[in-house]
Amino acid sequence: MDGAHQPINKSPIVADKVDTTTCYMCACRCGIKVHLLDGKIRYIEGNPDHPVNKGVLCAKGSAGIMQHYSPARLSKPLRRIGERGSGEFKEIEWGEALDIATSWLASVRATDPKRLAFFTGRDQSQALTGWWAQQFGMPNYSAHGGFCSVNMAAGGIYTFGSAFWEFSEPDWDNTKYFLMFGVAEDHDSNPIKIGLSKLKGRGAKYVSVNPVQTGYSAIADEWVGITPGTDGLFVMSLMHELLRAGKVDVDYLTRYTNAPYLVIENPGGADHGLFVRDDDGQELCWDRVRNQAEPFKDPDLKPAMKGMFELPDGRKARPVFELLAERYLDNQYSPEVVAYQTGIDADTIRRIAAEIADVAFEQEITIDQPWTDWRGEQHDKMIGRPVSMHAMRGISAHSNGFHTCRAIHLLQILIGSIDVPGGLRYKAPYPKGFNSLPKPTGRPGEIQPNNPLPGPHLGFVQGPEDLLLDDDGQPMRIDKAFSWDAPMAAHGMMHSVITNAWKGDPYKIDVLFMYMANMAWNSSMNTAETIKMLTDRDEDTGEYKIPQIIYSDAFYSETVPYADLILPDTTYLERWDCISLLDRPISDAEGAADAIRHPVVEPDRDVRAFQDVLIDLGGRLGLPGLIKEGGRRRYPEGYKDYIANHERQPGLGNLAGFRGKDGSDKGKGEPNPDQLDKYIENGCYWYDEIPHEAVYYRHANQAYLEYATSMGFIKDPSPIIFNLYSEPQQKFKLAAQGHGDHVPPDEHKDRIEQHFDPLPIWYEPFDQAAVDGNEFPLHALTQRPAAMYHSWGSQNAWLRQIHGTNRLYIPASLAERHDIQDEDWVYLSSRSGKIKVRVAVMNGVNSKTVWTWNAIGKRSGAWNLDEDVKESTEGFLLNNLIDDCLPANNHDYRYSNSDPVTGQAAWFDVRVKIEKAPPEEQTASAQSEPRFDPLKQPPTMPDRPGVMGYTVKQGGNKK
Amino acid sequence: MTSLPESTESKLGLVIDLDICVGCHACAVNCKEWNTSGYHAPLTDVDPYGADPSGVWFNRIHTYEVESASGDSQTVYFPRSCLHCEDAPCVTVCPTGASYKRTEDGIVLVDEDWCIGCKLCSWSCPYGAREYDAQEGVMKKCTLCIDKIYNENLPEESRQPACVSTCPANARHFGDLGDPSSEVSQMVKARGGYDLMPEQATKPVNKYLPPRARQTELANISNNAKLEDASPEGGFLGWLDKVLSD
Repeated sequence: MDGAHQPINKSPIVADKVDTTTCYMCACRCGIKVHLLDGKIRYIEGNPDHPVNKGVLCAKGSAGIMQHYSPARLSKPLRRIGERGSGEFKEIEWGEALDIATSWLASVRATDPKRLAFFTGRDQSQALTGWWAQQFGMPNYSAHGGFCSVNMAAGGIYTFGSAFWEFSEPDWDNTKYFLMFGVAEDHDSNPIKIGLSKLKGRGAKYVSVNPVQTGYSAIADEWVGITPGTDGLFVMSLMHELLRAGKVDVDYLTRYTNAPYLVIENPGGADHGLFVRDDDGQELCWDRVRNQAEPFKDPDLKPAMKGMFELPDGRKARPVFELLAERYLDNQYSPEVVAYQTGIDADTIRRIAAEIADVAFEQEITIDQPWTDWRGEQHDKMIGRPVSMHAMRGISAHSNGFHTCRAIHLLQILIGSIDVPGGLRYKAPYPKGFNSLPKPTGRPGEIQPNNPLPGPHLGFVQGPEDLLLDDDGQPMRIDKAFSWDAPMAAHGMMHSVITNAWKGDPYKIDVLFMYMANMAWNSSMNTAETIKMLTDRDEDTGEYKIPQIIYSDAFYSETVPYADLILPDTTYLERWDCISLLDRPISDAEGAADAIRHPVVEPDRDVRAFQDVLIDLGGRLGLPGLIKEGGRRRYPEGYKDYIANHERQPGLGNLAGFRGKDGSDKGKGEPNPDQLDKYIENGCYWYDEIPHEAVYYRHANQAYLEYATSMGFIKDPSPIIFNLYSEPQQKFKLAAQGHGDHVPPDEHKDRIEQHFDPLPIWYEPFDQAAVDGNEFPLHALTQRPAAMYHSWGSQNAWLRQIHGTNRLYIPASLAERHDIQDEDWVYLSSRSGKIKVRVAVMNGVNSKTVWTWNAIGKRSGAWNLDEDVKESTEGFLLNNLIDDCLPANNHDYRYSNSDPVTGQAAWFDVRVKIEKAPPEEQTASAQSEPRFDPLKQPPTMPDRPGVMGYTVKQGGNKK
Repeated sequence: MTSLPESTESKLGLVIDLDICVGCHACAVNCKEWNTSGYHAPLTDVDPYGADPSGVWFNRIHTYEVESASGDSQTVYFPRSCLHCEDAPCVTVCPTGASYKRTEDGIVLVDEDWCIGCKLCSWSCPYGAREYDAQEGVMKKCTLCIDKIYNENLPEESRQPACVSTCPANARHFGDLGDPSSEVSQMVKARGGYDLMPEQATKPVNKYLPPRARQTELANISNNAKLEDASPEGGFLGWLDKVLSD
């Protein structure tokens, strides 16, 4: 009968134009092909040639059409006319908006630059925003890393000059044993899925250490449902086992790490725990043949790894490795002892250690690729210990996360698996030694009205002398980054800006300028309190305590109503951008890469890309880098002009590809006027394969170090020596003990002394230790759902059909104890808050843990959704249980609820208790609590269609 | 009632690997994106910004917790779409002939011009794989991206169903399951690919690959393995002496 059917058009015209660009639906930055028909977006697919995603595209990227055409898009600049939070705005022209912003900013800059706080959220343009802030000259700038994953960045950089995610990747093609810690369906989403698929196809073993068994953990060979916040103990116990058995790579440790460095043994002395150095500052080791101290860099060194040695000046010293072995061989790290706290039985810990040892040492792989190390020694092959690891938020978002992250890297280094075949591989432009990276800028003399900052805001401190403190030892920055509160806050602490500005601690500000961060909702701890701070007025003046707030967002998010001036941004398909090696790279292990976005559709609203606006404002303010002599604009064509023509140093710019007048240079070279065209011709990315002899052992591989130097990734071809022992940590400990010229005030001393340690330590997470574990027996976590991770909101018509509300997932054993069934309403309380939520019962979760999907809950009235959507009526944020400050200490001071080393927001430290809501509240009309008043909508939000039949089609095959 | 072809020239279909599906919904959304402007355009969404959004989706992902062989809890993601059955009850039940199976490639399609929206096909489908578009009053379903897999306006590499080309975990494969030498047939053979609900006797063309046995322990490492002390006499540091003196 089918013969009678109308013939099918099997080759319909899909597009009259296919543009490549870079996705921005999350932080992965995949290459995409956008199919356009009559100017409308027909289809978005992964770009098969792109190094990040190789043609695949996730749910978010595939829903880009709905994000782009969302009715929640802002359409014109807005000036607040009602009370903050009222949602009462009037539309203004861009000229007026820019005049207002310029006048506020110019006034601050001319008088007291620190009264501006400029914080960008999940943007991907820090190569511009950071530089712009430097030109402005205020101390207060960072992006969102402080509330995201700075523990991973800092823990990695200080240890091996790199970090998980963007700076490294497991050797997916060669690893035989893969351990993944605390990764939900997020952070490097497509590359991880591609990689896990390869692993499983090859029969490699994949162990997921995660309190929740969903997503990536669901396909793990072994799921280790660890108790939150105890990963450090587990890892140290693995080290205990490996050390006990001698399953460590002594040759690797001797060559590439500071294991043989001599550490001064002088308890109570100002030099205790520091490295022994010669007059040239070279670290010394004990040569066991010559029986004297020699520089580590001596090519003939035969270093001792244990023993106490007397130096010619009479001081005593021991190698790092002996200190390390002593630390982790201690019985406190034995599997039996850590089993209870971690929730992992001792047999499992012992077996995993045995498996790691077996794969690392009995199943080593070799690649017949000769290479030469930095000492000039030639190696005829590359030896691999095929065990690799990856970690993310579950490690990062605890107040002990810095040390835990370091512990994971120590574990990898002990078995010799960093940047070897089968191990964890670097991605360009990393590795970079922590001591080769900039230090933070913003000391008292460096902040001057109408003057730029002499260096970058963010960096890596090497000791207490690098902190940004005023003459009284108080923080220079509004977020208290790089102060005694958080000395190594390498990404800033955006999560403490609003609280501190509201308190006026360390000082008050005039202008808060933010981009793309939903601080009045899911990006802040303690959402309800944050909203109060944004609307609170000074009793004396009647002014808002945070007087002026400028915010740029593409959508009507929950934060928009709390700003005074709104600069509407474009969508990702309407803009220029660069994914720069100066910012967060998209390289892979085999090659260096960067990319651009370019407008594939023109805005149909009166909006401007934030980066264009920033450059325009810079010109209006006369910022030094943004104008030429005579006051003319340096980048008259805006951001695209800056991307192509800005040079950080001569020859070094935003994009590494197609440099030089004719586009033939790479890495370094003159700006190329046609560079962006070349990128577009090339699929909007650039990829440079790393020479074969340079793809492993990069920290010590002369060919790589020279390649990286020639490309401008590193300043000179010095090796990156792994810091098993982190000397900057010891310098802070010594300062807390009263040594040196930079000593913390008494109220900070104990905290610094206890939480800085040159070898990783484990301590109970702060917010957990702050409560009675009997009263609050449960851990509460969030995860990102794969289909909504970093989707910058839930206004997406398709994705909200997948995750339109969230439940609190609780373990079946807990449900049974409390007589709780699926869909029941419960109260969940912490020391600082109480929420009412709906439950789903599951088995695959740690028995002391409850969790939910992050950022699904929406405030009624936001995102141009109906007021009664389930995101609002049933959805909820765990944020309302998390205090942004720790309880007052005995100095009556409240620290940020963050890691004491890096200032990383400790989202996952919260402890809670659960109780079933009474029967009269178990009704069909019950709603989640707390409730927030519906937000009023700005003047022209488009109508929400009741029925949507989105289609872009030509001719057609029917009707 | 509509008849099925006695045989088809090929049996195009999907092989879905449950071993590596992480439940990310990429396939579902990319399918929606392609097909809302495809053969069955549009895949209507009702109340898309309201309290009860619902839309036409040809592919939906379900999450289950099951007990594994060892008694542990296991999370399984299960993508569900039309299986293009050889004995498709949705075809034979169709009163108008709108629902039919193509002789050329075995794809089961709905001709919307003939469909009266009676929903008999969705009732008859044991897999719940049909999607009624109430706005248009017709039944819609997976077409295996018939307007993509043969589309000469697309580069060769893109001529795959959207769900297959987009799957980040490479958990979806497309090919001729009627050809025993095809890659998909070989994969089914090697991995013990199975029919969903065989007792329904629908002879689905699509196959599912079961999760591989989990390696809870490595072959040469037993469950109660424990590393030996490096040097029982001198301890770890004694062992170190030996290593360094070699």
